[in-house]
Amino acid sequence: MSIEVTGVGKRFGDFVALDDVSVSIPTGQLTALLGPSGGGKSTLLRIIAGLEDADTGRIEIEGRDATDLSPQKRNVGFVFQHYAAFKHLSVARNVAFGLEIRKRPKDEIKARVHELLELVHLEQFADRRPGQLSGGQRQRMALARALAVKPTVLLLDEPFGALDAKVRKELRDWLRRLHDEIPVTTVFVTHDQEEALEVADEIVVINEGRIEQVGTPDQLYDEPANDFVMSFLGPVTSLGGVSVRPHDLEISTEDPGGGVAGTVVRSVRVGFEVRLEVRTSTESVQAVLTRTEARGLGVVDGTTVWLRPMLGAPTVRPTGLLVPAV
Amino acid sequence: MVETVAPSQAARRHRRIRSGGATGLSASSGIGLGVAVIWFSVLALIPLIAVLVETSTGGWSAFWATLTDVQTAAAIRLTITQALLVTGVNVVMGTLIAWVLVRDHFFGKRALEVIIDIPFALPTIVAGLVLLSLYGPRSPVGVNVANTRAAVFMAFLFVTLPFVVRTVQPVLAELDRDVEEAAASLGASRPVIFRRVILPALFPAICAGAALSFARAISEYGSLVLLSGNLPLRTEVTSVRILTYLENGNTASAAAVATVLLGVSLLVIVALDLVQRRVARRG
Repeated sequence: MSIEVTGVGKRFGDFVALDDVSVSIPTGQLTALLGPSGGGKSTLLRIIAGLEDADTGRIEIEGRDATDLSPQKRNVGFVFQHYAAFKHLSVARNVAFGLEIRKRPKDEIKARVHELLELVHLEQFADRRPGQLSGGQRQRMALARALAVKPTVLLLDEPFGALDAKVRKELRDWLRRLHDEIPVTTVFVTHDQEEALEVADEIVVINEGRIEQVGTPDQLYDEPANDFVMSFLGPVTSLGGVSVRPHDLEISTEDPGGGVAGTVVRSVRVGFEVRLEVRTSTESVQAVLTRTEARGLGVVDGTTVWLRPMLGAPTVRPTGLLVPAV
Repeated sequence: MVETVAPSQAARRHRRIRSGGATGLSASSGIGLGVAVIWFSVLALIPLIAVLVETSTGGWSAFWATLTDVQTAAAIRLTITQALLVTGVNVVMGTLIAWVLVRDHFFGKRALEVIIDIPFALPTIVAGLVLLSLYGPRSPVGVNVANTRAAVFMAFLFVTLPFVVRTVQPVLAELDRDVEEAAASLGASRPVIFRRVILPALFPAICAGAALSFARAISEYGSLVLLSGNLPLRTEVTSVRILTYLENGNTASAAAVATVLLGVSLLVIVALDLVQRRVARRG
């Protein structure tokens, strides 16, 4: 395991940012720390980098105890949400910074900077100032700067958070491809579940200073450990006191057995899907089906339908226990 | 094809912008510019020209005679060296104080924030009285610098204290901590971060503060006149010298000294600006 976090706790005054967190982050993979804002994921990343001291617990990087090491000695690359560019230096000198500090020979620095700028597609901007680059370009520069010193782990704190949706999407794909090219152990923080599901090999869900679940994107989506993970990773509705995804509901106009009866009170069509609100005797349930299915069933407002979770659909009781699929 | 078309298009666009700039001011910005120019002329440009005109009435020989006068030359030398020294001290101390005010949290910080500005707010003659009672012959702390060059130095220091602090402070407060953290994770030690990341960001502000500090020191009168004793050849500064010329009805000589002060101030301000630009360009 590349990064071993054991029993880490951190408070800011009365606020508990991290509460006895332990997690292992595998070597050479792209791991996402996913969770809502203020949940402690950035704090954990900063503690791994040494930018923040943990109150309790230990951090091990590549088998070496790093708990008491300064950030300078941890050999981690860190990328910040707002780029943290050295504004007074050219793009090339920004990338060269870590190598200059290490007093590498001039030729070596030049070659390495060139190689990295090529990697992040910024070779024609080498002599520009960071202020003359777009947000996406600046973040690529920051990434090249972090990679220049050949870090054992690469840490990214909401790396695409300050970018607009389109650039975000591009950079996300690009990061995934880059990681496949240079498989350095990478941890990135995000509050965007789509970003995590799309990019990461492994996801650590963090909420209120605790780890809710660790697993691959498929595991988290198909076997959520609790209600929080389920609702954070996608839409959720409640049927008979059990949480289930709206698109995992089977809808029929005749009782299939084991279904819950209700009346369609509202149906909205958005593009290819139809969203139904069904009132049962106890609750209001959201269901989603395709336009073709809706046509086939002939549901309109006022239709009586029977709902039940589809075979194998993940369902969770709000108490946090996974319910075996029906 | 594209290459041959592009420059001419660019040139045309350039011309359009330039002609627009000459005539295309909107009414409100036209009025704004007018008011600014009148204001600047009345308060600064016309009095400055008057000084130059007054200087020229005595002719070149009178100008030169004034400047080579032993007493005047000594006063100019003293004022400029002390002002340069004080500016040097301010660059270091002002940056340090700004650092403490921005980065450290301690009891009495708010009070210190206010106290820093006192030299700004205090009438300079009151500052002179304070300095005299504190560091004069009846000093309660046992430091007597009256009638020495140290008195000039102290008075300059006192009145120029806020300049570098106040120019550096906001820039330092705006500085992203991210940038320092990025440098640290790239392996830079605290001194290296300061020298290679923080100082370049503060440099323009330090230069601006230094220029203000120098200009203020070179023209100081009220705060030092009581403590320095105004001894000819030893502690007399140029502003005192100018007043003496005026009291004797010799306005041309007074204007000549003023012109020199003006020239030196301009030189220092321009030099600092050039240095700052050069550093900013170097990258």
